Amino acid sequence: MNAQALFTAYSTIVLREIRRFTRIWPQTLLPPAVTMTLYFIIFGNLIGSRIGEMGGFDYMSFIVPGLIMMAVITNSYANVVSSFFSMKFQRSVEELLVSPVPNWVILAGYVTGGMARGLGIGVIVTLLSLAFTQLKIHNLPMVVVTVILTSALFAVGGFINALLATKFDDVSIVPTFVLTPLTYLGGVFYSIDMLPDFWQGVSMANPILYMVNGFRFGILGVSDVNPFVSLGMILAFIVVLSFIALKLLARGKGIRH
Amino acid sequence: MTHALKIEGLTKTYDSGFEALKGIDLQVAQGDFFALLGPNGAGKSTTLGIVCSLVTKSAGKVSVFGYDIDTHLSDAKLHLGVVPQEFNFNQFEKVFDIVTIQAGYYGIPLKKAAVSAEKYLKKLGLWDKRNTPARMLSGGMKRRLMIARALVHEPKLLILDEPTAGVDIELRRSMWSFLEEMNRQGTTIILTTHYLEEAEALCRNIAIIDHGRIVRNTSKRELLQQLSLETFLLDTRVALEEAPELEGFTCRLDDENVLEVDVHKGQALNDVFMQLEQQNIQVVSMRTKANRLEELFIRMVEQNAPSRAEKTEGRA
Repeated sequence: MNAQALFTAYSTIVLREIRRFTRIWPQTLLPPAVTMTLYFIIFGNLIGSRIGEMGGFDYMSFIVPGLIMMAVITNSYANVVSSFFSMKFQRSVEELLVSPVPNWVILAGYVTGGMARGLGIGVIVTLLSLAFTQLKIHNLPMVVVTVILTSALFAVGGFINALLATKFDDVSIVPTFVLTPLTYLGGVFYSIDMLPDFWQGVSMANPILYMVNGFRFGILGVSDVNPFVSLGMILAFIVVLSFIALKLLARGKGIRH
Repeated sequence: MTHALKIEGLTKTYDSGFEALKGIDLQVAQGDFFALLGPNGAGKSTTLGIVCSLVTKSAGKVSVFGYDIDTHLSDAKLHLGVVPQEFNFNQFEKVFDIVTIQAGYYGIPLKKAAVSAEKYLKKLGLWDKRNTPARMLSGGMKRRLMIARALVHEPKLLILDEPTAGVDIELRRSMWSFLEEMNRQGTTIILTTHYLEEAEALCRNIAIIDHGRIVRNTSKRELLQQLSLETFLLDTRVALEEAPELEGFTCRLDDENVLEVDVHKGQALNDVFMQLEQQNIQVVSMRTKANRLEELFIRMVEQNAPSRAEKTEGRA
């Protein structure tokens, strides 16, 4: 396939994915908007007003970057894992496997589709947050790069999960038992300065902490970790996970007999 | 001339240890209409699955129009259209989208894909259903949708795994006509089927696979010539009380108006009619008892029956 044909195949996958999650918007776009609005009302307004300042900002302003990032992470991941696993389950993945689309285009297409949903939700949550607080962007390039790379990373993660999953339970195990705890403990709702030294050290092993703080630095200008270390970590994870995803695809793991 | 499909020493052992293919050699000429027949579990779908990249081979070589799937997989796939046995499209997508998306995977831009999709959806009688979600289609329509999807990139080799399973006779006949037209226009076709009448009506060459081995690979004509016995059913004008004595033939009374006569290779049917006429028995119509190819197929598979029994015992 020449470059133009490859681009056509790539854009076909991306558009199919976008069409899929917009077609079922009550399942994909609406729930995170409702959930995040509840977070803003309960944690930001009701409880946040009694907490006072955190990291030099009122509590609502402090948690907004973390909540946006949480929505981006969970939706980027969920889009790819549910879409690709459904294709496996319905066997429509065979449409791709019999075609000449190279594995790296399949991965790129699904990751872009996941990013489209994750970033789309990110925009929706950001707009909702404006009803509760004022957002002043400290470093726009940092915001954009961090959120795009984080979305890509979790989309790749979702793809690997979908390849390895053999039943629907396997699709929800990682988001429920790995992603959610890591996100909640990743400094979305608090600064790790509040933790004892030991738990601060443990928190530093949580990759989501770097993403939340990199994003928070971009918006508020404060971070528990060096934002450039955050970017480096995200990039390294993307490279490693993409390599694993391509290896699994080449072996036909979960998709070829 | 390059073969449309060439398979050499193909083996497949699944993770469970089951040896599905034990060294298959197969060649399909360009322009052929080829049938791959065999009982359930014989290795037909595994063979086609390997050709289509849905199954990973254990050993051997496969090439499509000269393109080795190990070294030129992308080129091989460009020449290949696949109609699988089971429905494998997204049931929630619309008919037109399913076909154009498949074209997109082959690098065909949407404008061109739309033209091709319209052509095949019209030919297969699905154009009126183009905006219908696939789950709303009948079984026969779903089968035709898979054929349209397989043809949208104009492949030179079309592989159909049980294409008419579960469709009514009228639709099956119209699908046969469509496939014959595709073949006349130059598309090489390979099909597997359980309807041996289908293989006899459509195909020029036939391979029979059993227990992961090709037990026969020849032309349909040559295969049918091996048929040593055919049974004819003769409808008589008057009801008979018992079967007449026919010298040189075995004759049974199937029904009071139906005679069943075994005719061996080399015997003339005229002799049957002459003897019946001498006994004042008038025949008003005649047909063969079973599909000829079906009889041969059953006989060949039965020859492998001892090994089948041994295998089953071995597994237990």
